[in-house]
Amino acid sequence: MNGLSLKRLVLRLLMLTVVMFAFGFALVPLYDVMCKAFGINGKTGGQYEGSQLADTTRSVRVQFMSTNASDMVWDFYASDDQLQVNPGAVNQMIFIAHNPTDRPMSAQAIPSITPAEAAAYFHKTECFCFTQQVLQPGERIEMPVRFIVDRDLPTGVKHLTLAYTLFDITARHPPVAQASAGDPGRAR
Amino acid sequence: MSAVIDDHAQGHAHGPAKGLMRWVLTTNHKDIGTLYLWFSFTMFLLGGSFAMVIRAELFQPGLQIVEPAFFNQMTTMHGLIMVFGAVMPAFVGLANWMIPLMIGAPDMALPRMNNFSFWLLPAAFLLLVSTLFTPGGGPNFGWTFYAPLSTTYAPASVTFFIFAIHLMGISSIMGAINVIATILNLRAPGMTLMKMPLFVWTWLITAFLLIAVMPVLAGVVTMMLMDIHFGTSFFSAAGGGDPVLFQHVFWFFGHPEVYIMILPAFGAVSSIIPAFSRKPLFGYTSMVYATGAIAFLSFIVWAHHMFVVGIPVVGELFFMYATMLIAVPTGVKVFNWVSTMWEGSLTFETPMLFAIAFVILFTIGGFSGLMLAIAPADFQYHDTYFVVAHFHYVLVPGAIFGIFASAYYWLPKWTGHMYDETLGKLHFWLSFIGMNMAFFPMHFVGLAGMPRRIPDYNLQFADFNMVSSVGAFLFGATQVFFLFIVIKCIRGGEPAPAKPWDGAEGLEWSIPSPAPYHTFQTPPDVE
Ligand code: HEM
Ligand SMILES: [Cu+2]
Repeated sequence: MNGLSLKRLVLRLLMLTVVMFAFGFALVPLYDVMCKAFGINGKTGGQYEGSQLADTTRSVRVQFMSTNASDMVWDFYASDDQLQVNPGAVNQMIFIAHNPTDRPMSAQAIPSITPAEAAAYFHKTECFCFTQQVLQPGERIEMPVRFIVDRDLPTGVKHLTLAYTLFDITARHPPVAQASAGDPGRAR
Repeated sequence: MSAVIDDHAQGHAHGPAKGLMRWVLTTNHKDIGTLYLWFSFTMFLLGGSFAMVIRAELFQPGLQIVEPAFFNQMTTMHGLIMVFGAVMPAFVGLANWMIPLMIGAPDMALPRMNNFSFWLLPAAFLLLVSTLFTPGGGPNFGWTFYAPLSTTYAPASVTFFIFAIHLMGISSIMGAINVIATILNLRAPGMTLMKMPLFVWTWLITAFLLIAVMPVLAGVVTMMLMDIHFGTSFFSAAGGGDPVLFQHVFWFFGHPEVYIMILPAFGAVSSIIPAFSRKPLFGYTSMVYATGAIAFLSFIVWAHHMFVVGIPVVGELFFMYATMLIAVPTGVKVFNWVSTMWEGSLTFETPMLFAIAFVILFTIGGFSGLMLAIAPADFQYHDTYFVVAHFHYVLVPGAIFGIFASAYYWLPKWTGHMYDETLGKLHFWLSFIGMNMAFFPMHFVGLAGMPRRIPDYNLQFADFNMVSSVGAFLFGATQVFFLFIVIKCIRGGEPAPAKPWDGAEGLEWSIPSPAPYHTFQTPPDVE
């Protein structure tokens, strides 16, 4: 066979290799889109702008959990264990964080919903997880989360868990020295 | 079939160069095939010795021989070396030796690249194995290297591991490009695609699988590298990434990878069974299509490794049914092999023994695979020894027995001598007994709940584990015996005729044994 077609074949195969390498990276945004679209993996969406009428005929129990990722030394807990809520209504829960160390630290909370198929029906109108938290030595803050459980939540779901994991990101995002508890986006 | 090709008559008489440089610089497909096969066998013994450490520790409950930290390095290195160092290079070696001979080509299409893809491998494995001697030890996160175990919590040597994987990936991709180019461009006139031996077909499809998924593996280790050293957060939840993403990307590579390790064995067995049944292969066309179907399906089943990770019910169902679907083309193949033997005049030389054991034991592995494919059942089986039993049943009597069968089948062609049939049969029976003793009890302890990758276990599992260990030691020792058989065959033995197996088909038997250094300089005639 002639050399040209060999060269062309090899070039095509090399191109396929490059395409598949890029595809591996394309899986990253693809995965996020899929997770958001289908609420896979308990991932919740960003800030919810809408509003709904409360459905007083139905109520759902929402439980709150808080976990520290390894190496995270803050005290971090919800002010109450659970709420009984009506779908459609706006609810609020206060989480408390306290930095017991003698240095300023920054943290990021990552939420997750169980069961995973309910994640798409859980809307946060306000959440401390939308921003990073910076606490000065010994500082303690109250962080609200406001949420709506969608009226379309499948009727089989009677019980939701909202879990936060708090990560220490001081090394990656050094806290600004004078920062205080008054950041926008962290109302109250 | 063609007449015997005599190189010397063509005034083109140069043989191999002399000395060590022959092997370093060679571009000859037979030399490179030999290099691959020896390299693979070396890695097989090294990875096997790690398995001996594992089985020695698991001989009894309690911790007696190695530290848990070292045990983890042994399970990780055993898996990595067997997958990337033993099984894959063995098949590339067989491809190098046999594909040009089977399609009547003078050499591989890209001989220099061929040399380079081989020599990357020793470098990669030197890098990988050297990590065992670094402070902090080698990779200890399992051959599946899930993040964040392999990123946030990894030993410092993980960077070397990443580069080693990069090198192996480049080597495999170049090897695959070479195979495709050879098959598509260098077939002898008359050798149409549907006349190619199945080994060539399965390798063609395997090569495409390699090109499709090895770059994804390279991508996932690159993401790890960036997370570890450049502050990205692909797999770190704190920075907005997701460790579950790692598993999706890994298994997108990982499941096709398991078929990369078995398809060439399917091909080899499809030559060997007809040869010793003295009947043509039953259902050649359906074999080709079944291979294609398996390859296609292998891309849409990856999440069966992740049933317990948390995917929506629809996802669980999709991946469950898609996985079960793979059993259909696989069943077609098993049916064809059995039908080929049906009413054949069977003889049981060593290659045939390995091939028959392949069919039976691989099918057992397929059945345990089907059990694992049932998502709700997998919630119980996942990460137990049942999974270990499953994949050793598909990989040891599948891939490895396929390689042994091929080695015995083609050794006369490679060396010009017949191997010692009695010793070959002994090798088979000891391997067969050792392998079943080692892996069958793992089904039981797995179903009873023994977790995998743990150096200690509950007393209730003690007896079966002792049986497993004895079987593993027997299997391991037997492979040293195989080395002896091969060396004996190279050194001498009854001279092999051009076609030592009376029922064998194919162009490779039309050239003398041992195969001359250059073959098919002028293409043979294929009728
Ligand atoms: C009928 C065909 C097959 C089916 C239905 C099947 C199904 C499965 C499933 C569901 C698992 C995941 C188990 C778990 O982790 O809980 C699994 C694991 C595995 N399978 Fe298969 N399989 C099949 C064939 C094969 C073949 C042909 C190979 C390789 C030659 C293979 C190699 C593996 C390996 C290496 C693992 C374990 C990976 C790990 O976690 O380390 N399987 N299989
Ligand atoms: Cu799989």
